Amino acid sequence: MSKVVIDALVERFPDAVYEAYVGVGGDDCVFVKKERIVDVCRFLKSDPKMLFDMAPYITAVDYLGQEPRFEVVYNLLSLKTNRRVRLRVKVPEQDALVPSVTSLWRGADWFERYCFDMYGIRFSDHPDMRRLFMYDEFVGHPLRKDYPLKGRQPLVEERDVRDIVRGPGPATRD
Amino acid sequence: MASELDTLPVITTRRDEAQGFLQGLVSKSLGWARKYSLFQYPFVTACCGMEYMTVAAARYDLDRFGAALPRFSPRQADLLIVVGTVNCKQAPILRRVYEQIADPKWVVAFGVCASSGGFYDNYATVQGIDRIVPVDVYIPGCPPRPEQVLDGIMLLQRKIQGQEHKLIDRKPLPVVGQEPTSR
Repeated sequence: MSKVVIDALVERFPDAVYEAYVGVGGDDCVFVKKERIVDVCRFLKSDPKMLFDMAPYITAVDYLGQEPRFEVVYNLLSLKTNRRVRLRVKVPEQDALVPSVTSLWRGADWFERYCFDMYGIRFSDHPDMRRLFMYDEFVGHPLRKDYPLKGRQPLVEERDVRDIVRGPGPATRD
Repeated sequence: MASELDTLPVITTRRDEAQGFLQGLVSKSLGWARKYSLFQYPFVTACCGMEYMTVAAARYDLDRFGAALPRFSPRQADLLIVVGTVNCKQAPILRRVYEQIADPKWVVAFGVCASSGGFYDNYATVQGIDRIVPVDVYIPGCPPRPEQVLDGIMLLQRKIQGQEHKLIDRKPLPVVGQEPTSR
């Protein structure tokens, strides 16, 4: 794919986007500053040359040990021009609060709840910032790299069984 | 090898003998009746459900073993078949369903996920449903072949036949408003 989207973004938002590149598969990829993500998304959605009317997947990455630690990745699709673009937003751990894009794409609701559930990244102005998959009693965010690999938190008291693989002990052990 | 107990004479009164014989007869008949009328509640959560459908449908035909009718209310069932992965969020539901089944009841863990958690050894998955409810028969496989399931059902039938069944299998309920009598 051409660099049409990259060129348009760099021209329109020189202070908000940086490190643009063409990713694997030819999608236009660009880093966006956290505070400006809604502006950039609004431009990408409403500009008559862009028309990214769909956000098929929004997810997050935990780069443990790097600073800033998290990254939220927005994958956008334009059904009109059949283009895809990937926006990456660096999120520091201390200030894990990202402006929500649910006002632009209603479907971003559950993706942002997923990011909160699995990574603990909150989204401001989100209509319903709850966990998506895990239960409310769950402590922590399971897809963070520092969450224990098998840190189970059973909802009901478990029966005492003879586990021939793991030996005796509670199911919550690592 | 015959143990010492086999050769020891057992002294019983006629009343004991008669009761034992009758109870044995009743138990055997009830076991025979129950093992051929398993009303199942399929707790289907994952891909093993496809295999369960195959077992229940015409080619493998669970009906031959008297386990034809899946009941979609646990109150009408006496065999809970847990088909597929059970995660921690579902564990309270599974326990509630089990508690709603009236006695006598049996549980089959269908597939390796229900039996042991399978390869889902992570934060979300219950490592075998025997941590939630007591299990009678485990059927391994990912998913198990229908023949394996039929084998498991036959094992369960053998187990049911060997169990002790009673006509009235509970203590009498206390009358409302009266002190419960000690028995």
